[in-house]
Amino acid sequence: MRFVDEYRDAGRARALAGQIAARCRPGREYKFMEVCGGHTHTIYKHGLEDYLPENVTLVHGPGCPVCVIPMGRVDDAIHIAEQPDVIMTSFGDMMRVPGGQSSFLDAKAAGADIRMVYSPLDALKIARQNPHRRVVFMAIGFETTAPSTAMTVLRAAEQGVDNFSVFCNHVTIIPAIKAILDSPDLRLDGFLGPGHVSTVIGCRPYDFIAREHGKPLVVAGFEPLDILQSVHMLLGQLADGRCEVENQYARVVPEDGNPIALAAIARVMRLRPYFEWRGLGFIPYSALGMADEYAAFDAERLFEVPGIRVADPKACQCGEVLKGVLKPWECKVFGTACTPETPIGTCMVSAEGACAAYYNFGRFSRERVREATRV
Amino acid sequence: MNEERVVPQRQAEWAERAVRDALREASDPVPAGPDRPGREQQVLHRIERARSRRPTVREERITLAHGAGGKATQTLVEAIFLDAYGSPGQGPLEDGAALPLGPARAVLTTDSFVVSPLFFPGGDIGDLAVNGTVNDLAVCGATPRYLSAGFILEEGFPVADLRRIVSSMASAARAAGVSIVTGDTKVVQRGKADGCYINTAGVGLLERPVALSVGNARPGDAILLSGPIGEHGTAIMIARGDLDIEADLRSDTAALSEVVARLLDAVPGRVRALRDATRGGVATVLNEVAGASRAAIVVDESAIPIRPEVTGASELLGIDPLYVACEGRFVAVVDGGYAEPALRALRGHRLGAEAAIIGQVRADPPGLVLLRTGIGGTRIVDLLVGDPLPRIC
Repeated sequence: MRFVDEYRDAGRARALAGQIAARCRPGREYKFMEVCGGHTHTIYKHGLEDYLPENVTLVHGPGCPVCVIPMGRVDDAIHIAEQPDVIMTSFGDMMRVPGGQSSFLDAKAAGADIRMVYSPLDALKIARQNPHRRVVFMAIGFETTAPSTAMTVLRAAEQGVDNFSVFCNHVTIIPAIKAILDSPDLRLDGFLGPGHVSTVIGCRPYDFIAREHGKPLVVAGFEPLDILQSVHMLLGQLADGRCEVENQYARVVPEDGNPIALAAIARVMRLRPYFEWRGLGFIPYSALGMADEYAAFDAERLFEVPGIRVADPKACQCGEVLKGVLKPWECKVFGTACTPETPIGTCMVSAEGACAAYYNFGRFSRERVREATRV
Repeated sequence: MNEERVVPQRQAEWAERAVRDALREASDPVPAGPDRPGREQQVLHRIERARSRRPTVREERITLAHGAGGKATQTLVEAIFLDAYGSPGQGPLEDGAALPLGPARAVLTTDSFVVSPLFFPGGDIGDLAVNGTVNDLAVCGATPRYLSAGFILEEGFPVADLRRIVSSMASAARAAGVSIVTGDTKVVQRGKADGCYINTAGVGLLERPVALSVGNARPGDAILLSGPIGEHGTAIMIARGDLDIEADLRSDTAALSEVVARLLDAVPGRVRALRDATRGGVATVLNEVAGASRAAIVVDESAIPIRPEVTGASELLGIDPLYVACEGRFVAVVDGGYAEPALRALRGHRLGAEAAIIGQVRADPPGLVLLRTGIGGTRIVDLLVGDPLPRIC
C-alpha cells in the first residue's frame, strides 16, 4: 500500500538499527518516553523493541485518550446516558472503559441507548434524525480530536440543532508532559513527541522541554521507520551534546501547527482550572470545557451529573508506570487483578496503554520469543 | 501532581474486590531482589497461572463482548454452558460433535446468523447461513449432508426479502451438495428482533478415517491458510455505510467442503486440524490451536495473503485484519513434511487459489501465537478482549 509500505521496509529498519547501535555509548542506559499511545501501539504491533539495543528503553507515556479518563467522569457520562430521552454517542474504544460502577458496554446492556460513532459529525446527524431525543457526544482526546468536536459544535449552532450537546473531556498534552517533567523521580533522557497532536499545535509548544528541562524532543511519525529514525535522532542529539526540538514527521507536521483548528478550539472551548487524569491526579489547566458562549451545547450544564471522584485503587501503580519509574510487570496487580478483560488502572484500559500493550504483545521474555521465532 | 482536591470521593468497589482477590491468590509474592530477569519470569509465570484458572462470568448482564468470539465468549461457553451441560468429551471444543450412530460416524453442528445488513456485496444472510454450517461440518472432516433451517422473523418484515433470502439459501445448498430437510418459523412483535435471524443445524458423515482436532498440532507441523483474510468482515463494515468508504470488496462467503475434501485426499492422514476462520478471524483460530495443543505457533506476517483494500480499511479503522472475520477461508495444520503437496492441493481448487504456508508449530513457548512482523520484529498475537465489529455473521 502506498505511503505505508515504504515506512515498513525491513531492510531499512535493519540499517537504522545498526546506526542506532553505533550511536549508543556502551554502558550507558538510555530511557526515552513516547508520549503518544499511537506510538506505543506501533512499537508493540511491529515488535520494534527487537531493533533496539539492550541499553535503550522506551517508556510508554500518558498519551492514550481513553486511558486518562477518570472513573468519575465515566460514571457521570453513564448517568447522562441513563436519562430516558438521551442517546449517548461515543467512539468505540470508549465502550469498555471502566467507571466506578460500570462501563458504557454494561450500561448499554442494562438498557441505556449508547451508540458507537466514528466522528462527532455522525453524532450530530443522529441528533437531526431524532429531534425528540437529546443526543450527547462523549468527547475525548487530545488536541488531535478537539478540533473536530469544536467544528461539530459550530455546525450545530449554525444549523440550529438544539438537541445536541457535548460531554467535554478533551485534554491538552503540554501540562501532562510538564507534570511528568516536574516529578522528582523522573528518569528520562528524552521524548518522542506526539505526531498527531503536533499537526494541530505545531512544534513550538515543546521548546520549554529542551530549554528549561534540558531534555531533547523529536516529534515522531507513526510508522515503524518513523519511530526508529526518531530514536536515532534523539541519540544523535545526546551524542552531540545538543538539546533541541526536532521534527521527524515534517511530511505531516507544520512548525506552526494548524491555525484554523486552533481557532475553532479557542472559539468553542475554554481551559478548565484543573482536571483529573487517571494515574496522574489533578493537573491545573490541562483540559478543555465548553466556553460560556456555547453553554447551550454543554452537557455538563444541561444535565445534573453526580460529579463524584472515584479513587484509583491503592494497589494500582499506573502513575509510576507512566513516569517510567516502574515497568508494567513490576506493578503488584499487573496481569492478576488487572488484565485487559478487567482493567483496574489506566495503563491497562486500551491497547495503547503501556500495560495492555505489554500484556498483549510482550508478555513473554524477549529471549524466549527470539529463540522461538528464529528462522 | 496527585494533589487531592476537595471533591466528593468514593472507591470503585469492583476494583478493590479484584485487587483483594488477586493478592490473596498470589501465594508466591515476587521477592524484591536485584535479579530482574528472574523476577520478570516469576511475574509472567504468575500471569500464566491466573490465565489458566477456571474462568468465571463477572458481568451481571450479557454484553456485546460475549458474542464477539474472543475471551468473553470463551468464558461464557466454559463457565455457563459447559458447566451445566458437561463437556462432550475429554478433548478440546471443536466446530461440531462426532456422533456414534451405529455403523455410521456422523457429525452434528449448529450455528445462528444475525448479520446486519441482511444483504451485502458477495452474499446475504441466506447463503451465509448455509455456508457457515456446511463449513463447520467440513472442517470436522465430514461430508455435509442435511441441514435444518430455523427462522425468527420480525413482524413487518418484507416477504420479498424473505423470498430473496430463501432462494439464495436454496442455491447455496445445491452448490454445497446438501439438502435442507426440516425447519421452523417464529414471528416476534415489531421491535423484538431485527428483521430476520436464521439458525441452521447440519449433519455430515465421516467417510474418511480422519482424526482432526485443534489439540493435535505438534512441533514441526506447518500452518496453511486457504486464502486472503478479512474480506467478509471488511465488506460488511463497508456495507453498513457508516464509514463513508467505498471499496470494491465482496464477502468471501463460500462452501468449503469441496476444497477441504481435496486437501484431505491429497495428504491422507497428514492433516492434524482444520478450522474455518470466522468470528475472531485467523488470530483466534491460531490461538485455539496453540492453546489446545500446548504448542507455540510462529507466523510470518509477510506470508499472510491479504488484499490491499482490506489492509487499507483496517489501517483507517485501527483494526488488526488478523481478527477480522472470513466466511470462506480456513486454517489447516498439516504434518510439516507434507506442507508442499497440501499447498498444491489447495491451490488446485478455485477457493484455495491464493493459499499460503503462513507459519509453523514449535514446542516453546506452549500456548502462544507469535508473529514475525513484516518489518522484522516479533510480537504475541493474543485472543481479543472486546469486539471490533458486532453482528458480523
